[in-house]
Amino acid sequence: MLPANYMPSGEDYIRFLPETILTVAGTLIMLLDAIRGDKNSQKPIFGYFALASLGAALIAAIYAYGFVGPAFSGMLMIDGFATFFRVLVICIGILTVLSSFQYLQRENAAAGDYHALILFSITGQCVMAGANELIMIFIGLEISSIATYVLAGYLRDDKRNNEAALKYFLLGSFATAFLLYGIAWIYGTTGSTNLTQIRQLLAANSENGILIGTAAALMFVGFAFKVSAAPFQVWAPDVYQGAPAPVTLFMSVGPKAVAFAVFVRVFFTAFDSIFERWQYFVWASALLSMVVGNFAALTQTNIKRMLAYSSIAHAGYIMVAITAHNQIGIQAVMFYLAAYALMNIGAFAVVTHFSRQGEQYVNIEDFAGLGWKQPMTAGLFAIFLLSLIGIPLTGGFFGKFYIFQAALDAHLVWLAVLGLLNSTVGAYYYLRILVVMYMQDPSEATTTVPPLSPGVLATLWATALGTLLLGIKPSVLLDFVRSSSVFGK
Amino acid sequence: MNLLTAVIFLPLAGCLLTLLLPKENEKLIRQFTLIWSLLGFVISLFLISGVTLDLRPASDSFAFDVNVPWINVPPIRYHIGIDGISLWLVILTTLLTPICVLMSWTYISKHVQAFHSLLLLLEFGLVGVFCALDLFLFFVFWEVVLVPMYFLIGVWGYDRRIYAALKFFVYTMAGSALMLVGILFLYSKTGTFDYPVILIALQKGALTYQEELLLFLGFFIAFAIKVPMFPVHTWLPDAHVEAPTAGSVMLASVMLKMGTYGLLRFCLPMFPTAARNNASWINALAITGILYGALVAMVQPNMKKLVAYSSISHLGFVVLGIFTFTQQGLDGAVYQMLNHGVSTGALFMLVGFLYERQHSLEIKAYGGVATPAPHLSTVFMITMLASVGLPTLNNFVGEYLVLQGAAIAHFRLAVFASIGVILSACYMLWLYQRVFYGRPSEEVTHHMRDLVPREYFAIVPLIVLMVWMGMYSQSFMPSISASNTAALAAIDSRKEVHVQNRTTLLASLKELIHVAR
Repeated sequence: MLPANYMPSGEDYIRFLPETILTVAGTLIMLLDAIRGDKNSQKPIFGYFALASLGAALIAAIYAYGFVGPAFSGMLMIDGFATFFRVLVICIGILTVLSSFQYLQRENAAAGDYHALILFSITGQCVMAGANELIMIFIGLEISSIATYVLAGYLRDDKRNNEAALKYFLLGSFATAFLLYGIAWIYGTTGSTNLTQIRQLLAANSENGILIGTAAALMFVGFAFKVSAAPFQVWAPDVYQGAPAPVTLFMSVGPKAVAFAVFVRVFFTAFDSIFERWQYFVWASALLSMVVGNFAALTQTNIKRMLAYSSIAHAGYIMVAITAHNQIGIQAVMFYLAAYALMNIGAFAVVTHFSRQGEQYVNIEDFAGLGWKQPMTAGLFAIFLLSLIGIPLTGGFFGKFYIFQAALDAHLVWLAVLGLLNSTVGAYYYLRILVVMYMQDPSEATTTVPPLSPGVLATLWATALGTLLLGIKPSVLLDFVRSSSVFGK
Repeated sequence: MNLLTAVIFLPLAGCLLTLLLPKENEKLIRQFTLIWSLLGFVISLFLISGVTLDLRPASDSFAFDVNVPWINVPPIRYHIGIDGISLWLVILTTLLTPICVLMSWTYISKHVQAFHSLLLLLEFGLVGVFCALDLFLFFVFWEVVLVPMYFLIGVWGYDRRIYAALKFFVYTMAGSALMLVGILFLYSKTGTFDYPVILIALQKGALTYQEELLLFLGFFIAFAIKVPMFPVHTWLPDAHVEAPTAGSVMLASVMLKMGTYGLLRFCLPMFPTAARNNASWINALAITGILYGALVAMVQPNMKKLVAYSSISHLGFVVLGIFTFTQQGLDGAVYQMLNHGVSTGALFMLVGFLYERQHSLEIKAYGGVATPAPHLSTVFMITMLASVGLPTLNNFVGEYLVLQGAAIAHFRLAVFASIGVILSACYMLWLYQRVFYGRPSEEVTHHMRDLVPREYFAIVPLIVLMVWMGMYSQSFMPSISASNTAALAAIDSRKEVHVQNRTTLLASLKELIHVAR
């Protein structure tokens, strides 16, 4: 049955403005690319255009925060939570584009499609951030994922790219099928796909516990895959290693952040009433991710692969906060994702810069002596690594701090203890990079390192200052996070 | 601006300013760091009058108290202040930093700018640890200290420096993970990180005994790793041996005190019942550390390793003093922290001087050094005798007080601990004999020159302190005693909730297993 006011109002369009801008810009880039049709399409013009449209979308997303409320008959819900994640992924997009300029030129890759795909992926992520409806979540996820699959194999002559894209696509669509199957179960049981309605129906009627539990489990599989949480993490190392460095940069934070956002929104609204059922498998997945990620990262020699395992471990930390199932937990998830985005983008931007043409220098040993050859790059990299370890005065520390505070508030003492001991294991492999950079003699790779390009330079400084700001004055972000971690219940 | 805040942040400002100096002008960097750290030292001296004029026994107030909010939610405050215990540790830190700059003047020749910048960052963290009165702030400084020390060991150390640096970092990190859980748990129980407020809440009985025991163990393990106590001491010999001289000095003189300071400041007053109940096995470990450290030191062929193991032995005395719960024991423990800082710092420095001359840390490479370098030998003699605990020199006072406290608590503790004093005389005198006496080999005669003025400037302040602290402990003791009296009063005020008498390690383990279920 269609609601009486199914015609969208003007405000609905304002709430949907960021997605509109990004879609139009992405389509324009594709069209212009086709019209120009020249072979030298790696010129940075499309990059500037993408940056401008992302900037406009950012302003639109902030502007739309003045119009909090549902849009398009409750399909979208633009609240603080959605705004937070929309702003986050758009910022991630800006930083990705900034750090891709040099890479695309270096690899002689076409810039048009690349930027269009980035914009489409971000559109999908924005939709996911605001989705209040299972079908919208699915559509957003598909828009985002398909663009990312293509990006993972963007350099089509490169074997590693092809392998990464194929793996990502096959496993990704398999996981999406689980998600869709879960959605079908929910619809079959409750007759609704609207999160708020499902929540009300489940709270009023707890008869179909098993069915709903199964649906939650199926959807969990889909989300766990997208956030690369164990035991659905096996794709991440191969894909992160094989994909082009700036794409890995993007994948490791953007899709992951919104997947967590949707995860939190679905499990804290629709499945809130059956929280006792899902808490166990999230608990197990959190612990498993931390253990698998941290211990597997210990032995890696390829820095992209190591950061992939580290991102599995970080997904585990975030799952700890979800397990806590309290308000601080949601805040911790949001804060951590922002902090993680900053430090991880920074780290991958360094890798992008350092790897050189054809990504020939991606082994940890290649970074030997970078600290004395290019002190600024190494110094900023050190900040990101210390933040990933969780040393105080960096954003990563406060992120971990809030997560484990949430866990202790929920009396998950053992999970907190195990998690923090895990972060000690994590310290070891990040420190190894510091060892190589500062305590070993320069390698062939570091003696020939080119100066930083302006795009990467801007990314590094922006992320480093952001990381330190979140570490010294977390209130700047936390105050907003606190006010926006409440869903319309 | 508050004087204490200035003392904390001056080194941080120096750390950043050093980075702005031209990299090639190494002399300017050294001079700047020296003057800047001396300035910090002079300013920190003004703290003395503020603490010592305020000698009210059993007062639990802190001097130079600053308490302003840092982060609103959760309520984390920038709360600092010092009392008689922390005052002298702060001054020890600010004194040793310029001395470290002086002793590294020629030894550190690569990456000079980074070295001095990190040294000042280390000073910032260390001073902060001793001043923080908010548990969260304390943890921040506690971790900040790790980073510069990690680089000091890893970049400027000897051959196995990378292994040592990693081991040092990961050990401490593992301990601090447990402490962080403890701090968060206290927050969830009391709703604050502010140490004095938590203390009041705990005195009103905010915890069950089981919770207190768990928290005590969490904090205790973190501090015990830092002290380091037997059997978690294994990072220390590696770190000490591989660190550059300045790193060893800061590590031994100040960083190890973070552990004992933490025990005294936080562990005991917050969890007195658990502390008392576990004192027996902790004291047993402390005595094991005293004897084990001394015995292992005796057979070391490497001078730095010998001094490192002697540190384990000396720190055992400090822990023993703390866990006697007597005024004498606590006074002795705090005094011994300072003594160890002065005399072991000086020992490491002198070993560093020897290394700079002959490029070897092996004892057998030396012999007869007294002939070509009489001044160096004399200075080494005084330091060595101070470390042994000769009356009129500083360590005697501290060791005597600790032994007295131990004798009051349990006489047999004093018996075992005093064996450690005898052993320390053995290994130190033997070291001195092998290095400085005998006929100098050709190599020694060739390399060994006597102290240069710069080295005099570095070592003389410490020698003066050794004599001063040994002859006239009244300059330092009243303020230490007053703070200890206050700490003891806080501990004893909860004697009535003292459920069990002394329990064994086994009983504590049973309790733990029970909680885990």
